[in-house]
Amino acid sequence: MGSAKQHDNDLFEYLLRLGDDRLILGHRLSEWCGHGPMLEEDIALSNIALDNVGQAISLLQLAGEIEGKGRSEDDLAYFRETIDYRNLMLLEQPNGDFAHTLVRQFFFDVYSYYTYLALEKSLHEGLGAIAVKSLREATYHLRHSREWILRLGDGTEESHRRTQVAVNHLWPFTGEMFEADEIDERLTAQGIAADLKKIQLDWRKVVNETLAEATLEKPEDRFLPGGSRQGKHTEHLGFILSEMQILPRSYPDAGW
Amino acid sequence: MNATEPLWEVFLREKQGAPHEHAGSVHAADAEQALQNARDVYARRGRVLSIWVVQTSEIAATSPSDDGPFFEPGNEKAYRHPQFYSVPRGIKGV
Amino acid sequence: MAVDEKAKLAAFEERIANGEKIEPKDWMPERYRKQLIRMISQHAHSELVGMLPEGNWITRAPSLRRKLTLLAKVQDEAGHGLYLYCAAETLGIDRDEMTEQLLSGKAKYSSIFNYPTLTWADIGTIGWLVDGAAIVNQTMLAKCSYGPYARANLRICKEENFHKRQGYEIISIMANGTDAQRRMVQDAVDRWWWPSLMMFGPPDTNSPNTEELMRWKVKLKSNDDLRQRFVNLTVPQARAVNVTLPDPDLKYNEETRNWEFGEIDWDEFYAVIKGHGPMNRERLEARRSAEERGQWVREAARAYAAKKQAKEVA
Repeated sequence: MGSAKQHDNDLFEYLLRLGDDRLILGHRLSEWCGHGPMLEEDIALSNIALDNVGQAISLLQLAGEIEGKGRSEDDLAYFRETIDYRNLMLLEQPNGDFAHTLVRQFFFDVYSYYTYLALEKSLHEGLGAIAVKSLREATYHLRHSREWILRLGDGTEESHRRTQVAVNHLWPFTGEMFEADEIDERLTAQGIAADLKKIQLDWRKVVNETLAEATLEKPEDRFLPGGSRQGKHTEHLGFILSEMQILPRSYPDAGW
Repeated sequence: MNATEPLWEVFLREKQGAPHEHAGSVHAADAEQALQNARDVYARRGRVLSIWVVQTSEIAATSPSDDGPFFEPGNEKAYRHPQFYSVPRGIKGV
Repeated sequence: MAVDEKAKLAAFEERIANGEKIEPKDWMPERYRKQLIRMISQHAHSELVGMLPEGNWITRAPSLRRKLTLLAKVQDEAGHGLYLYCAAETLGIDRDEMTEQLLSGKAKYSSIFNYPTLTWADIGTIGWLVDGAAIVNQTMLAKCSYGPYARANLRICKEENFHKRQGYEIISIMANGTDAQRRMVQDAVDRWWWPSLMMFGPPDTNSPNTEELMRWKVKLKSNDDLRQRFVNLTVPQARAVNVTLPDPDLKYNEETRNWEFGEIDWDEFYAVIKGHGPMNRERLEARRSAEERGQWVREAARAYAAKKQAKEVA
């Protein structure tokens, strides 16, 4: 049995993982605002970015409360370093073309949907409440990105080619989604966290079926080394954070 | 290939039991995309219970020149309106 | 024929004089249609290009709440562009054609968006002054004679009321903040004040379209009247947060109850419209690049829809 302190630390770390995933993905999606492939889709991508940033706020706020050091969601977002961030490397990858953005989104949406589906029954009340609200949003996100994978994969020759390139390029980042460490194991055993093994099964099923329906090939399972849950990242995250954190870091005594 | 996605008219139901009302239009390649676009464009402030989309070209409409022959006969049928009938003073609920 | 046209025009103008709305299929003079297409598409393009100067601060917003609200605001502008394009489409022009006109430089957009956003205070200032000016204009347009355009503006006004408040909130927090923040606010207001006044268009003495547009109730007030209304609304708001508007000639006239203001630099206005603003090239380039990079996506969506339809028929 772990101590109460270890339990809080586990929960804090777990909430950072959930929150950072959504903050970094929301950041990337917001880069599309004003540059979308059609006006209607510009609005759709902004909606999904808004949902993700909104979820990140709830998750990081709860993380700060559990940590108990008086850190707000903004403190956590703006005053941590790259090595403190816990988001998946997949999500910090640049937007690339629309196919890259939507393949990244689809891989994450499936993952996020099943995560929330499990977390709805979390024995941690605060986390469960966030999951109930977020699941509604995640359900729509998945419907949106899944439709696009079908459209792009089975659309024109060019869209098929671009989407296959994006799938091949991003697939190696998906391995670490399901790497469970001790924190996952302890919290899953306590009925608080989502069981990554089970999510992996569901994820594979939906992703395989969708790729097949979209006439896309599933790449071989050669995965990049993971470790983002312990603060390992690609170089892209540093640039995201330097842009995102510039104002609070430059004027730490100012309110906005 | 046509250069623009077809236009769709969007109808929203905002209250239980209320009718769907015209909200505006969106461009979309197919019905699913039209529904999703309508949701993102016209329901992003919430409070929407249901959405209909219909391709604009599928709508049959009266033309302004129909104004007289099409609608006036109805206007003249005063007996379809309750004010046509008189009821003794002081009677309520009729 | 000519007699018939004359009678139609007289009937049309009578309807307008009676305060009736003109709807898409109603008869209208060709010139009314052309003027409306010009105005509505220019308004739509302005919403779209207007996303760019603010959009580039979304990734740098100084708190998560600010990030959320700025994103929601810029997204609204995309929505407003969309309502307006749809309103223009009821007049028989399609969105692709309007986009082409924007990218070729044939159609204009509000020249204020050719100025750069340099600090976070610019985001507050745009919300306060630029959206503030736009609201004055759109409140009038919500009552204009063309039904679809009036309804689009009504929807826009309803949604936009939070934009100006958001901007003014940013300004008032920063104006009451640190010295560095106060400096940013004053600098931003110094840069945006005159361009906001120019948003109402050339002075009435040099606005060839105004007379006709007002007769047809496309516009209900002249450029100068709207500009004056905006100045009257804004001066007390600036004072309340101790921000100085960069006009030494600004003074209250007890008799007219107007805030009189100094001479606008119309040479600058026409120069920026002609493409000599600091950011003209970047703004158009961003729109062109979005169109080009989106082309294969739109083609894919249409191809997929066609395949699906063929399968359903088969």
